[in-house]
Amino acid sequence: MMQAFTVLNGLVVPLDRSNVDTDAIIPKQYLKSVKRTGFGPNMFDDWRYLEPGEPGMDHSKRTPNPDFVVNQPRYKGAEILLARDNFGCGSSREHAVWALTDYGIRAVIAPSFADIFFNNSFKNGLLPIALDEAIVDQLFREVEAQEGYRLAIDLEAQTITTPSGGVIDFEVDEFRKYCLLNGLDDIGLTLKHADEIRAYEERRRQEAPWLFQE
Amino acid sequence: MSAKTLYDKLWDDHVVRTENDGTSLIYIDRHLVHEVTSPQAFEGLRIAGRQPWRTGSVLAVPDHNVPTTDRTAGIADPVSRLQVETLDQNCRDFHLTEFPMSDIRQGIVHVIGPEQGATLPGMTVVCGDSHTSTHGAFGALAFGIGTSEVEHVLATQCLIQKKMKNMLISVDGKVGAGVTAKDIVLAIIGEIGTAGGTGYAIEFGGEAIRDLSMEGRMTVCNMAIEAGARAGMIAVDDTTIDYVKGRPFAPRDGHWNQAVSAWSALKSDEGAEFDLVVRLDAHSIQPQVTWGTSPEMVIPIDARVPDPADEPDSVKASGIHRALDYMGLQAGMPINEVSIDKAFIGSCTNSRIEDLREAASVVRGHQLADNVKLALVVPGSGLVKEQAEREGLDKIFTEAGFEWREPGCSMCLAMNADRLEPGERCASTSNRNFEGRQGKGGRTHLVSPAMAAAAAIAGHFVDARTLVEKENTQ
Repeated sequence: MMQAFTVLNGLVVPLDRSNVDTDAIIPKQYLKSVKRTGFGPNMFDDWRYLEPGEPGMDHSKRTPNPDFVVNQPRYKGAEILLARDNFGCGSSREHAVWALTDYGIRAVIAPSFADIFFNNSFKNGLLPIALDEAIVDQLFREVEAQEGYRLAIDLEAQTITTPSGGVIDFEVDEFRKYCLLNGLDDIGLTLKHADEIRAYEERRRQEAPWLFQE
Repeated sequence: MSAKTLYDKLWDDHVVRTENDGTSLIYIDRHLVHEVTSPQAFEGLRIAGRQPWRTGSVLAVPDHNVPTTDRTAGIADPVSRLQVETLDQNCRDFHLTEFPMSDIRQGIVHVIGPEQGATLPGMTVVCGDSHTSTHGAFGALAFGIGTSEVEHVLATQCLIQKKMKNMLISVDGKVGAGVTAKDIVLAIIGEIGTAGGTGYAIEFGGEAIRDLSMEGRMTVCNMAIEAGARAGMIAVDDTTIDYVKGRPFAPRDGHWNQAVSAWSALKSDEGAEFDLVVRLDAHSIQPQVTWGTSPEMVIPIDARVPDPADEPDSVKASGIHRALDYMGLQAGMPINEVSIDKAFIGSCTNSRIEDLREAASVVRGHQLADNVKLALVVPGSGLVKEQAEREGLDKIFTEAGFEWREPGCSMCLAMNADRLEPGERCASTSNRNFEGRQGKGGRTHLVSPAMAAAAAIAGHFVDARTLVEKENTQ
């Protein structure tokens, strides 16, 4: 079971760069782990700390980069990441999503997302929301202007409410929404169609037997 | 029946069922597995008490963490070693075919799939690795997936997908002599941008693409993901079929003729409609060099590094400014005046036999420049290495001062010991020039094998064609 996502009222941290790649979200040395957890301290590792990091270090003893936005005290405890276009591009590493969720991020808002990252997010209870660039620009201005800026996200209603009461609608696929609202394991859902998968295989075995040459 | 694109055909052939909102269950023919993105998937299977649906569809290989130096001592880094051993153990426990580190067939997953004939036209091919788009060169639907999806494919042989949109990128006419597949794909990314293909499956077509060997086509499809597209593909023709014939996993006996006849349909029909068509003129493509921290930050070898002052969009201008700063470059400087510290010839983009031949043809008779501290040549597989050695390519490299290594991903992403130190500049045949990709603070310039070889010899970026021409006129 993954963590369900229903409503979230969370502090927003703005990351004002486009094309943030998954190498930046979680650098390669941390991909050596065979676990799904513990990536949070290394989210944005190269930007977040002044010294280079390696797995197994006590990351709480490293020097945080004071210029990196996530380290600023006003954004401590943020649950919503506000980003620019093509967020999550590059490598397919799901560790990028695990780093964000392990840190405490539950939703990312950006003008656009890379396809694989977008898909990986839904498998882990992280809600990626794509909004028009002009709206994202406006949110960046509001977050930077107001300390403690929070957004209320309601997945069922597909709305984001700003502190001034403004309501922004967003799109989400029906199937993904259903899985996220209920925290459903989609392998279990797929296996309900096992008979159809077997029927497909039988048909293909006739049409293209070389695909089943083992 | 209306005209279909190649992607439409591949999609239709693999749909198991479709929901009302278009979400479909897609059947997966080939599942490639490596050590980095699979351990959590196998753990998931164990926790849920599930078994792989079809073990014969899986081919596994360790590639990201493996050392490229002497392997008899195993892997020095205990964390890397554990990850590789975990793959070995998972393959034993679940009865999956694996080429372990000691196997001559071991190599980069996207090199060995095609090499073994495990990648075939008309297949759906997935792997927990974004560069799975490589296999689309065979007229296959191939794309990278996350670890949750790796588990999903292991358990169900299917993926939950929505159909992507169709894009055609046509590279019309012929490229000039000495312009390679890597230059073509970098020029494409420069044209459409790193998000240009987001939401699309890209079919590459046109005379310049048709003229490429399978190795060249794999280079182009490999970097579809750098243009934002999960899947890139090229129609099947005689070049494809000649490459596949006789490979260990290729159709055998009576199936071969039947397969070839089915594969001949794997091209877009006349009049098929694409959501977007992009055309490039092949003649205008020059050897390319990236200058920044995104593959779209690319220029021809005779051009200058851009100036953020010329960019009207403020978000883009600050991106250029940040990239110049990270890369240690001045706005407006000619790229051919930029000197390098290291060179890397390898990766799933450019480590096949033709890539090594291309680099060796530039290196032959030259020496590494004094300012170049290290030049690595890392073949894509044990079999590529063996073939290169039969052709004497290893000698050409080592006599010039290059290091000749064992196969793996190596310095493309520096998960093993091969990496850049902070501030070091590298001419690299890999696919990503992101900040820190080849080591924290490292500066990566993406180029073709010929251009990386030329930079290693000249000590700075230079048009590889001038080195080869000099050679020919002597």
